[in-house]
Amino acid sequence: MSAEGPANASEYIIHHLTNLTAGEGFWTFHLDTLFFSFTLGAFALFLFRIAAKNATSGVPGKLQNFVELLIDFVDTQVKDSFHGRSELIAPLALTIFVWVFLMNFMDLIPVDLLPLVAGWGGVHNLRVVPTTDLNLTFAMSITVFLLMIFYSIKIKGAVGFAKELLFHPFGKWMLPVNLLLKVVEEFAKPISLALRLFGNLYAGELIFILIALLPWWAQFTLGLPWAIFHILVITLQAFIFMMLTIVYLSMAHEDQ
Amino acid sequence: MNINATLLGQMITFGLFIWFTMKFVWPLLITAMAERESKIADGLAAAERGHHEKELAEERAKQLLHETKDKAREMIAQSQKRADEIVDAAKDEARHEGERLKIAARAEIDQEITQAKESLRKEVVSIALVGAEQVLLREVDAAAHEEVLSKLVEQF
Repeated sequence: MSAEGPANASEYIIHHLTNLTAGEGFWTFHLDTLFFSFTLGAFALFLFRIAAKNATSGVPGKLQNFVELLIDFVDTQVKDSFHGRSELIAPLALTIFVWVFLMNFMDLIPVDLLPLVAGWGGVHNLRVVPTTDLNLTFAMSITVFLLMIFYSIKIKGAVGFAKELLFHPFGKWMLPVNLLLKVVEEFAKPISLALRLFGNLYAGELIFILIALLPWWAQFTLGLPWAIFHILVITLQAFIFMMLTIVYLSMAHEDQ
Repeated sequence: MNINATLLGQMITFGLFIWFTMKFVWPLLITAMAERESKIADGLAAAERGHHEKELAEERAKQLLHETKDKAREMIAQSQKRADEIVDAAKDEARHEGERLKIAARAEIDQEITQAKESLRKEVVSIALVGAEQVLLREVDAAAHEEVLSKLVEQF
């Protein structure tokens, strides 16, 4: 538990779920989310950039080999479910997978460790897992949503897209129903995308916090299985987010 | 938990990350991978081709060896034949030469025989003359019988 020693369990939990903020009202920034997500993303991109710069078609080094493994994995997924040509979709999928995975991975760091270190520096609220912040998951899913709209219009044209909204699935005589269904369908995509990731990671983090409430000698009995299970969860969630993005974007590319 | 401006910040960050990956990471690596893939494919194809060529070359070498053996055998037979011919010709020539030498020797011998006969005859005549002289010196006057004697000599 942190240096100040919260009075009771619920205070401890609430303390752990409070962001480090700056600003007021809507213009509030979650500094911890911004900081960790940016640092992790930049770290990954830095490594990738090094690998890309030194990329050789000869015998690859260890870093290049690892990055190529990821790229090959993502590329296979994209080719399997996206039948078209796009400069954007594969790099987008790679970015999502690696970034989400790294942010999820922060969940495996002991829940009290980084807040404790931050406490020494005078920072008293810190949430280290950016994907437990709805702002982040929605930021990603809304960006994907905007790309979906953009590509729908780009590929099918504004008229084609409008037709799809108005005349599917029941033909032109059921126009309002069509529109309603379609709007719900389209908005369900980013919302489910964001909430799924958020929900999984939030629940995971909460359980880690609850486990941290146990006496120190008993923590490993639950903490170890949950952490091992969580390795699967964080990878799976990153994969699902990437996969669904590919599927949604490929749907945006297809004429119905 | 509430939605706030963090959302915008994250969207900007996300957008930048996507842009960076798309611009500076993905193309380079995917190109290198594609190149390596084609290199490996080329290498495999080349190996296959090399294997095939080796088989062909072996076939050709076998054939060449066979042909060369045939040719060598032919050449040996030819040279044998030629050698036989040369030996035969030499034998012929030797026989001719021998005969020629024999004829020449015979001619020489005949000539010498003739010469010997001639000189013998002359010697016999002179011996006869000397004998006759001795006889005649006692009974015949040389001058008186000159005519008869010269006629005798002439008769020989």
